[in-house]
Amino acid sequence: MIEQTRSVRTRAASAIAVLAIISAACSGSATPTPAASMAPSAPASAGASMAASPSAAASAATGSLAGQSVTVIGTWGGTEQDAFMAMVKPWEDQTGATVKYTGTRDLNTVLTTGVASGVLPDLAGLPGPGQMNEWASSLVDLSTVLDVNTYKSETAAPLVDLGTVNGKMVGVFIKTSIKGLIWYDPKVLDLSASAPTTWDALQTVIANNKSKAAAPWCLGVESGAASGWPGTDWIEDFVLRQAGPDVYNQWWQGKIKWSDPAIKTAFQSFGQIVAQSYGGATAVNATNFANAGDPLFKTPPGCLFLHQASFITGLGQFPKETSGTDYNFFPFPDINTQFTGAVEGAGDLFGMFHNTPAAASLMAYLVTAPAQDIWVKLGGAISANKNATDYPDEISKRSADLLANAKVFVFDASDLMPTEMNNEFWADIVKYVQHPDQLDALLADLDKTQADAYAAQ
Amino acid sequence: MDPRLVTAVIVVLGVPSVLIGYIWLTERFLGLLGQRARPRLRPWLWLAPALAFLVVFLVYPSIGSLIRSFQNAAGTKFIGLDNYAWFFNDDASLVALKNSLIWLVVLTTLTVGLGLLIAVLVDRVRYETVAKSVIFVPLAISMVAASVIWTFMYDYQVPPNPQVGTLNAALGSVGIAPIAWVQISDFSLNSILLVIVMAWMWTGFCMVILSAALKGINPELLEAARVDGATEGQVFRRITLPLMAPTIAVVTTTMVITALKAFDVVYVMTSGHFDTQVVAFQLIQELYNFGNPGRASAIGIVLLLAIIPVMAFNVRRFRAQEAIR
Repeated sequence: MIEQTRSVRTRAASAIAVLAIISAACSGSATPTPAASMAPSAPASAGASMAASPSAAASAATGSLAGQSVTVIGTWGGTEQDAFMAMVKPWEDQTGATVKYTGTRDLNTVLTTGVASGVLPDLAGLPGPGQMNEWASSLVDLSTVLDVNTYKSETAAPLVDLGTVNGKMVGVFIKTSIKGLIWYDPKVLDLSASAPTTWDALQTVIANNKSKAAAPWCLGVESGAASGWPGTDWIEDFVLRQAGPDVYNQWWQGKIKWSDPAIKTAFQSFGQIVAQSYGGATAVNATNFANAGDPLFKTPPGCLFLHQASFITGLGQFPKETSGTDYNFFPFPDINTQFTGAVEGAGDLFGMFHNTPAAASLMAYLVTAPAQDIWVKLGGAISANKNATDYPDEISKRSADLLANAKVFVFDASDLMPTEMNNEFWADIVKYVQHPDQLDALLADLDKTQADAYAAQ
Repeated sequence: MDPRLVTAVIVVLGVPSVLIGYIWLTERFLGLLGQRARPRLRPWLWLAPALAFLVVFLVYPSIGSLIRSFQNAAGTKFIGLDNYAWFFNDDASLVALKNSLIWLVVLTTLTVGLGLLIAVLVDRVRYETVAKSVIFVPLAISMVAASVIWTFMYDYQVPPNPQVGTLNAALGSVGIAPIAWVQISDFSLNSILLVIVMAWMWTGFCMVILSAALKGINPELLEAARVDGATEGQVFRRITLPLMAPTIAVVTTTMVITALKAFDVVYVMTSGHFDTQVVAFQLIQELYNFGNPGRASAIGIVLLLAIIPVMAFNVRRFRAQEAIR
């Protein structure tokens, strides 16, 4: 009898043990997989394959790169990954080297672990300027890698500055976007000749065309762990145009509080948008940002406008529609005319962890206009390089012009904040959408996080 | 050949041969020793690899985490109990603590309770194997896949659009407006909905083990009780349940630990929004998103401390059982 109980217990225990091992093996393999393919590429025997590609031997000043490989990690998957691979293809053909790209949605985890352990890719997309600053000591100084003068002459100065930490150039913008564009369907409401330039004019347009759609605005802030960010773009646009670039910059620098009237007003303005959005607050939190604009194209239309960055043309319903006839945009209108001409942008930073000849060659190639042209031609991307002009349509070209001609250019404030602050900002957008009556408590929470997050820097 | 394939072959063939080689060498070594030393040394030598793994992968990291939990984010300075003070004063952490408690209580109750119920019920039917297989299958699904499946279950679409989520489609068929399930934090409803996902997966596990314990009970014993006039309820309460108690304790411990480790379901389904974050989720955020290993370690130690009483209870139970024998 007792023997039987014992055998049952032993069986149970061994079952648990087996399960523990299996689950350990499963969870364990999640991180090493990208890490394994990330090991610094060993310099291959250059001589062996040199004869294979004479053109590379002739053109590469640093010697033949044939047979070598560069490991790259980024967040791009699907069409974005295809676009990146198309962009590096000419470089691969010319040098004979190969690019080993790994796409991950968990870039932050992979690189945080990598910086601590030293197992890093040669080149990597960086999650944002905040993270880049924290890893500055692990990143290669790009001024030794790039043709600095050409790079600086081709790139907007604020973008060059954002990639520089204490005089060391550690990041370049491989792709940019213009934030705060307002998208509409010209078949429903044609504003291409008469786009409102002030916030009041926009309100008039909305009031006069109420019957044309179920709601004035489309809005969706769901984005997995980053849920809430489309709302932060709204708040940033309001702060920039209600209070101006100076307040905007002090805000992300942590020099003014969240409970400051300027920030509070921006939240309240955003609250009004939520109240006028398609499906209401519940829908805003339940709708993924990529699909938020789909009701624009429905019959009858769900909304008149969608506020989103230039990259939205590659997401949701947009790729299925025709640029210009099915969708168009106008820039975020002025609220306080004192601050006319300010533009907000964001971008994907790229950095270098290992200075191998092949990695250096690839890095230098990526920022050039010919490389960037391949990238922008495929759509959805705007180049930080002014000389990349091969945009596929009028819409992308206009976005690129906005960036090139901006009187004041500011970078996405939430991306510039310390990660802890940024996360709290995202999360509190979700909370604010759900509980607009708790604004003061939320701002007090943000103040508390601000005190904590900036002190740690 | 692909280097990954070579690695895989080396691992598959290499690991077992190293183990067998180790045992063979130990036995050769023991053969050289005298009759008296052999039995004293053998268990330790056989245990040595397991102990080494335990020290390297469990004891060393635990001590490391403990030390790290008293340090600042950069690991340059000892800051006493600040990380712990932060954890117990942070609003988000307190919500996470509350949710972890909900997970612990609801998940353990649901899985062990349902597991026991199903084990006892299927024991009396002919199609037992089929029924058990069906209930066990979800455990074979990965945590992330299960969360995605249940995301569709709770899915919400803006009203004019068709409801593709199972629950809302069902509500719609009887004319009730759709509900954004995971957004409802009143009475922690959304947390409980997430626990149900995990319970769906783990009930089968509890059932299989409890069912095995049930089969291990000598039928003559139950027969004797019935002959003596005990009702079925009495047989279950007075004989079956006490005999299953050690197994129930093991299963409960496993589920408590599973509940405290819960992360995947929360991450995939709500990413901790709508007040659904749990302690393990806060740990990951501090470590990977906010770059604060000090705070992450402190949270890890809090979790460890929370599990210790459960383990202690189990060890005592185990000792008591040994004593009976």
